[in-house]
Amino acid sequence: MLTPEEVKKIAVLARIELSDAEIAKYGKDLDAVLDYVAELQQVNTDGLEIVSQVTGLENVMRLDAPELNEIQQEIMANAPAIKDGYYKVKAIL
Amino acid sequence: MKDLKGYKPVIGMEIHVQLATKSKMFGPAPMNPDEKDPNVNIDEIVTGEPGTLPVINKEAVRLGVMVGLALHGRIDEYSKFDRKHYFYPDLPKGYQISQYDEPIMQEGYVEIILNGEVKKVLLQRAHLEEDAGKNIHPEGLDYSLVNYNRAGAPLLEMVTHPVIESAEEARLFLQELQNIVRYVGASSADMEKGSMRCEPSISVRKPGQEGLPPYKVEVKNINSFKFVEQAINYEIERQIGILEEGGTPKQVTMGWNEKLNQTVEQRSKEEANDYRYFPEPDLPILHFTPEYLDDLRQRLPELPAAKRVRFKQEYALGDADIENLIAWKDLNYYFEDVVSELKAWIEADSGQKIEGAVDESTAKLIKQAANWCLQDFSALLNAEHINPTDSRITPENFAEMIKLIDQGQISSSAAKQVFKIMFEKGGEPKSIVQDLGLVQVSDEGAITAAIDKVITANEKAVTDYKAGQEKSFGFLVGMVMKEMKGQGNPQVVNELLRKKLA
Amino acid sequence: MPEDLAKLDLSELRQALDEKQVSSVELTTHFLDGIKKLNPELNAFITITEDQAMASAKDADNFIAGEGQNFPLTGIPYAAKDLFLTKGILTTAASKILENYIAPYNSTVITKLMAQKSVLLGKTNLDQFAHGSSGETSAYGPTKNPWDKTRMSGGSSSGSAASVSAGIAPWALATETGGSIRQPASLTGVSGWKPTYGRVSRYGVISMCSSTDSPGAMARSVKDLAMIAEVISGQDPKDSTTGEHEVPAYSKQLSTDVKGLKIGVPKQYFLDGMEDGVKQKVMDAITELEKQGAQLFSVDMPNTKYGSLVYAIVCPSEVSSNLARYDGIRYGHTTKEGKDLLDVYMKSRAEGFGDEAKRRIMTGTYVLSAGYYDAYYKKAQRVRRLIMNEFEEVFKTVDVLLCPSSPNVALTLGNAANDPLFGYIADQLNIPASLAGLPALSVPCGFSMPKDGMAPSMDGLPVGLQIIGPQWGEQKVFNVGYAYQQISDWHKKRPQI
Ligand SMILES: [Mg+2]
Ligand SMILES: [Zn+2]
Repeated sequence: MLTPEEVKKIAVLARIELSDAEIAKYGKDLDAVLDYVAELQQVNTDGLEIVSQVTGLENVMRLDAPELNEIQQEIMANAPAIKDGYYKVKAIL
Repeated sequence: MKDLKGYKPVIGMEIHVQLATKSKMFGPAPMNPDEKDPNVNIDEIVTGEPGTLPVINKEAVRLGVMVGLALHGRIDEYSKFDRKHYFYPDLPKGYQISQYDEPIMQEGYVEIILNGEVKKVLLQRAHLEEDAGKNIHPEGLDYSLVNYNRAGAPLLEMVTHPVIESAEEARLFLQELQNIVRYVGASSADMEKGSMRCEPSISVRKPGQEGLPPYKVEVKNINSFKFVEQAINYEIERQIGILEEGGTPKQVTMGWNEKLNQTVEQRSKEEANDYRYFPEPDLPILHFTPEYLDDLRQRLPELPAAKRVRFKQEYALGDADIENLIAWKDLNYYFEDVVSELKAWIEADSGQKIEGAVDESTAKLIKQAANWCLQDFSALLNAEHINPTDSRITPENFAEMIKLIDQGQISSSAAKQVFKIMFEKGGEPKSIVQDLGLVQVSDEGAITAAIDKVITANEKAVTDYKAGQEKSFGFLVGMVMKEMKGQGNPQVVNELLRKKLA
Repeated sequence: MPEDLAKLDLSELRQALDEKQVSSVELTTHFLDGIKKLNPELNAFITITEDQAMASAKDADNFIAGEGQNFPLTGIPYAAKDLFLTKGILTTAASKILENYIAPYNSTVITKLMAQKSVLLGKTNLDQFAHGSSGETSAYGPTKNPWDKTRMSGGSSSGSAASVSAGIAPWALATETGGSIRQPASLTGVSGWKPTYGRVSRYGVISMCSSTDSPGAMARSVKDLAMIAEVISGQDPKDSTTGEHEVPAYSKQLSTDVKGLKIGVPKQYFLDGMEDGVKQKVMDAITELEKQGAQLFSVDMPNTKYGSLVYAIVCPSEVSSNLARYDGIRYGHTTKEGKDLLDVYMKSRAEGFGDEAKRRIMTGTYVLSAGYYDAYYKKAQRVRRLIMNEFEEVFKTVDVLLCPSSPNVALTLGNAANDPLFGYIADQLNIPASLAGLPALSVPCGFSMPKDGMAPSMDGLPVGLQIIGPQWGEQKVFNVGYAYQQISDWHKKRPQI
């Protein structure tokens, strides 16, 4: 069982503000998931490589050729706040 | 260095160098570190728009592996990228694509000469990653500004073991690492411009203490070797002070404040970092075949350590000259070109090929070339902020000028004049010398003619000299030189005049 | 325009356009009218791109009138799941956090379709960020099933499924991560293709679980899907996980011959708790194929049961990472309440993400965090290897695997969460192939009464037959699906609306 403090810590790590009720709810859900997947620990996986890719591809690279997609305006048009060409955010401490 | 009373500094270094590619680490947006306008070199990949995917820059991988080889490290057959998660406005995707447990290089070293002895500074690893953007904090305002031009730039991060024991050692290590990275051609590795950044982690062992201290202090924002040294020394002293009073320094991140000349606490790590690394699912693994590695090994240029030995053994240059010639890579290559020209000339003259160590007279010429490179040439280049390769003086003309001096065809003061003109306008030294009438006349006939003229016109001085007045000789020499418009070889003039007056 | 033109399949539409029996403008107008009429009820579209569609259609007509050869999809309208970035057009992932996001670039698949002068009708509804299989997690409300508007269309590609089923789009782009094409295709009675992982570029498709995400399509027939596959497949220099395998002329190589075809029927895919009617219809379809000369083999795949467990770790892990970029700084929803920077992050994400996204982010953040990574993520990815190996083994003896696409017909809206078997068994059927990156189809194979016995007609609701093939075995699954559709007409049945 995860304590509310533990759940809160995860929420801060994930940058999601949660109310106390939500902390209780997601804590319960998280417990349920962990119970659900517990069975995996019993599976014998000796000698098995982890899969982070199913393609089996290797050395997929591009040549170092610069190319600028001229969409700076479109990109920045979506920004909540721009000042003098910079993205503006609350002061970084 | 102050007496440390048995306290032993333990220093580790994290160094980032920006790789010299034309495009970013994982996308085609151009690299332009000198760009002044914000958010210009950005595209959908740089700003982490939804749906974008990374593609590895092949050249960045090659440069990283080259450095790994130059650092004598282990390059495993497989290497992969991982995602490192944290939230910060300059990090567009909320994660940095980096390398966690399969970096491109492990266990390398850099050799430095410390107090006359060779020491290996051991490196744990080198890995590839992407840079973040830059945050700007306008003073006194409640907001910060973010520029993503730098975001996605290719970086090679190198991490030492905590084996460095002093600020001086740290500086020597960094200088040599900078040399290596530059000779490999992997980075401009410029501390001031931020294409090389280093973060020392400093702690101090109490007298008699074994193992690593239970804390370390990381110092960031250092932009010169001088400040690295100062920051480390400052920290060592500060930490010893705390330890002496029975305390333990806090584990914090500090910044170097140039104005205050001290380290300043940036933030204590109350929220411990938890980067949640996992393999980057968008990027297939890297597979380095023996053929690929052999090929790169073969392409490794001569590295500073080997150059040092060769310059000493073959050219008989002094240590200081060698270090200075190594510290500026482009000048070094230029110097080598000048030396080749000189050697070719001597070989042509003697009909013999020069192999291995040069003879004394050639060494004298090479030393002369080194002096000109490090003095007049460096001064002119620095004044113009240009590189040797961008100067108008070709190595051939440079060597030609050294030859003219050696043959006594121009005086060294005339040579300075000629060199300046070569630098400003280009051209062959011989024709410049001729144009300016700076050819030194050693021809005995011409000099004798002048002497005869002067003797006839200055009877009194001649008589005085013969009566034992030595200073009249100087006057006569001056008159001869004047007669010859300053082009007479002073040695020959002296010699012939004495003979005539004897 | 003759009303039945809209019922033609893609190759017939191609012919009609080429022979100028109909123009792209007429066709587009017809579908837009349908959308305008039915969307208020179905909620299949988040954005209808009427102006752009009409402009594209005119452009296509000009092209068709010109000299050059028309492309397979020139002038043919389609809909795209709102996970595909479409330059200059709102792209929301059905989330609030992207409520105002105008895509600054086109996904590779959209670019390919534009090059063909296809006509985008609009962006279809989905489970928010593709998190879900009911369509109900959309911030824009659930999509209704055209067969019964009290029921779900499945998900996450709910709007794509519903629009094809209702006949308001001839075909639609969709995406799969763990059943998001097969299941809604099954529930709405359309044909759906989940490609081999890496067959279709993910560039410009909003990521959910990067290691299983597979953009694909839904259409009225397997033949249509094969035609679409030829257009949207292929290696993309912008997606490093796309394979270099050539794209065959799938639609031209379709074969009805199933003689000697080895069909594997995995017993782990016919479970207790599945609706009997669904099992029955699927078995009937398999029997039909057997009658045509296919050989049946019962296969044992004991590791199947681990699929949903592995997915329960891998998916939230990748989701938590992929959703980290939504921070309210460069785009998307940003809070009005932020006191300081941390507060802006916390509140923007709290306000912008829906419940399911938050749940997955929390789970993923936890299992990836220090101390748990090895036990959860690494362990799961090793078990995933086991699942892949099992498929590889099975495909040494059989050509394809056949099973249901969904354990049930469409549930009534609001009931998914209350049905414990809904998630688990559905996952069991779809997730293993996703984890292994295999191609699969869902094709309509009959109708069955829902458990609650309430259906608009006595026939019941659509059932889907799933066809799973080996990696890069697109042609195999297309052939089996095509052969089945030559001896059945379930795929031609349309809801009365
Ligand atoms: Mg680091
Ligand atoms: Zn780094």
